[in-house]
Amino acid sequence: METLDQIKSRIEGAFPGAALQIIPNESAAQQPSLVVDNASAFAVARWLRDDPALRLDYCSNVSGVDWLPAETTTKTKVKKLVNGVEQEVEEVTKTARPGYLEAVYHLYSMSLKHGPVILRLRTLDRAEQNQVPSLTPLWRGAEFQEREIYDLFGIRFDGHPDLRRILMWDGFVDHPMRKDYVEPDDYDYEPTPHDEVLEKAQKHQGTEVSA
Amino acid sequence: MLGEGIIKGMAETARNFFGSYHDADRMTTVQFPEDRIPAKENARNFPFLVFDGEDPAKGLRCVACQICEKECPPKCIYIVKDTVKKPDYIGKLQFQPRVFDIDVSVCMSCQICVEVCPFEAIKMDTDYEFGTADRFGGLLLNKQRLAKPNTYYRKIHATEAAEVDERLAAEKAKAEAKAKADAEAKARAAATAAAAKATPTPVVSPTAPAIAPAPAK
Amino acid sequence: MSELLEAPAAGSVTAAPRNYEILPKPTDDGEVGGDLLEVAMGPHHPSTHGVFRMDVVLDGEQVVKLKPVFGYLHRNHEKIAENTTYLASMPYTDRLDYLCSMTNNWAYALSVERLTGLQPPERAEYIRVITAELTRLVNHTCLVGFLLQDMGALGTPLMYAFREREIILDLFESLTGSRMMCNYMRFGGCRVDLPVGWLDQARSALDGYEEFLETFQKFLTENEILVARSQGIGVLPPELAISASITGPMLRASGVNYDLRKVDKYGIYDRFDFRVPLGDHGDVYDRYMIRVLEMQESVKILRQALRDIPGGPIVDPKAKIRGFRPKAGEAYGRIECPKGELGFYLISDGSPNPYRYRVRPPSLINLTVLEDMCLGQTVADAVIILGSVDIVLGEVDR
Repeated sequence: METLDQIKSRIEGAFPGAALQIIPNESAAQQPSLVVDNASAFAVARWLRDDPALRLDYCSNVSGVDWLPAETTTKTKVKKLVNGVEQEVEEVTKTARPGYLEAVYHLYSMSLKHGPVILRLRTLDRAEQNQVPSLTPLWRGAEFQEREIYDLFGIRFDGHPDLRRILMWDGFVDHPMRKDYVEPDDYDYEPTPHDEVLEKAQKHQGTEVSA
Repeated sequence: MLGEGIIKGMAETARNFFGSYHDADRMTTVQFPEDRIPAKENARNFPFLVFDGEDPAKGLRCVACQICEKECPPKCIYIVKDTVKKPDYIGKLQFQPRVFDIDVSVCMSCQICVEVCPFEAIKMDTDYEFGTADRFGGLLLNKQRLAKPNTYYRKIHATEAAEVDERLAAEKAKAEAKAKADAEAKARAAATAAAAKATPTPVVSPTAPAIAPAPAK
Repeated sequence: MSELLEAPAAGSVTAAPRNYEILPKPTDDGEVGGDLLEVAMGPHHPSTHGVFRMDVVLDGEQVVKLKPVFGYLHRNHEKIAENTTYLASMPYTDRLDYLCSMTNNWAYALSVERLTGLQPPERAEYIRVITAELTRLVNHTCLVGFLLQDMGALGTPLMYAFREREIILDLFESLTGSRMMCNYMRFGGCRVDLPVGWLDQARSALDGYEEFLETFQKFLTENEILVARSQGIGVLPPELAISASITGPMLRASGVNYDLRKVDKYGIYDRFDFRVPLGDHGDVYDRYMIRVLEMQESVKILRQALRDIPGGPIVDPKAKIRGFRPKAGEAYGRIECPKGELGFYLISDGSPNPYRYRVRPPSLINLTVLEDMCLGQTVADAVIILGSVDIVLGEVDR
């Protein structure tokens, strides 16, 4: 199979407007992934499925990932004049990265038996603008998995035929797989409470519960 | 022929039914409380704490390091460290658990605690008869109920226990030899110091400064 | 095969393939309508293999709509795993598909090994293949028993299947200490070495198993009730199967040659001589038959593995049991578990807990086409179609 760089340049040839970005992967698995902007995601995915050299007809896995807002610090060495003498000074730049939700698609080809090509779709933020295009019309296998991500992460998939909660019940409000999810305070008796369970138990029963 | 499959199937059933009277292979069940299948050597059910010697209070191998408490997947172990240190099996001063509880209604018998324990202190039991009318207290095993002697461990997991005993004995021998060497070195140092005091002009003997080499492990 | 795998034309994106059209039933006075009955099958229905519900709309005895409802056994396995260490998730994977804990362990261990670059030694790889293929025997035997139970052969075939399964579970118990929740594989190897005499026990168990498979086949494969009940029922066309990410025996029963043991060659599967059985019609009977044939291939693999297994260590010396922290990065590892492709997607941020831990559950995804297969069939057939999908709710709901 082609490398992801080659695929990326071919996509850029086919879709001049698409904004693509390769996410390198430092782990031993060597599986880099491709971020596609939401506007061209559907067309790019269709192209990946139908391209005769790739034929990624099998969408194996769809996972949601929650990235909280984070600050990344990068240290760069800059030459500066300090007291009239040129010196190398470390400059720390802080860049705030807004939080977003991500849907990761692992695509394989059953007919050509290669893969994976990993596609990442990102929402603009974690609150209101939480839409990405649904790829269920292309791969039916994404249907339940996208529903699960909608349920547990709260990504809205535009164009999904049946976007309902799947694992949690219908009246449930929050999205439990988000990193900042707070468990509801429904305490049950626990015979060996410790750590946060002990705190919870003490809050509910006064000081009766001791270590 | 219609019904042929049923006849064939019934023939097999009959063969198994009558065979169960004389052929041990066809009798696959045992009458449980009276007859029991012997426990496999690797069988595991719930953890217990091993102690050496006769007295569980003295010989408990657990040093309350709390690694198992942190690693336990369902978090069913609860440990409180004691405030005073007691010598462990190699004579090193260690903490002991003041409280060591395992909630066996939560425990899922995964053996992670046994694997992460650096002191061979917690092992898996094969006992499974824990039925009790007391839902919470009866299934919350405390230190006294968990402590079982090493002889019991050797009985239920013979091969594994033999390996553990061998390793511990080697460690103990090493520690004892080291302690002995340390004591000897200390005594010799004291002797030379005393000798130095006695004679105003110290004579350097060919053997001093004597530092006893550690014996081979 | 190639014409079946033809990708749909570029223009037809919105129409995901369906098996049947729902036709409105005209009444005598020319109006469209008729009485439909909505039935909730489950979550306490004996045919649903656990706490699974199908909301079925029936026209007479025919299914006109079927919506699966999940979540009764949901415990958010993924969240639990993200709040605990890598090692502590291993016993939880046993509980996903509780019939096949060995393959679940392997899939998770394989993903962590992809993430960290650990390499299991030769002997561990052989042990993994042996235990995984034994698990496949257990799973397929049980499935055949359950499927016949669903068809009305109450009890007897299932009990025979369980009797044989017990022999393998005994092997698992003497190896791992537990019959079903094995918790046996570790990152970079296996937990304990084989006990003395285990390989001989396994060989003799395998001899008995082959005999059992022959007897089972003799009674079942040409049994007229099985044939009448299952042939032509619940047909799954290959294009739909590929589009819906169906994997495992269900996919191969539809004639698509895709077995990860051959495609990915994970572990040491490239060393064994075995074939991948393929179906022709994609109906319930083919799915049953694929399982029987796969069991025979598994026996073949086991024979070779038990013959060739070398001595040596069973864990990669670089593997650590305490203080395990993979470097930041991500990995997706997948294996061919008895129910299909079981994958684990892990993102590490360098801490002792995974940042993201995702299970790709074959049982859940194979249910995508349940409605398509059941439309137009009777209720009694819907039960055996569900049985032939082979689900375990521990994995569907996670």
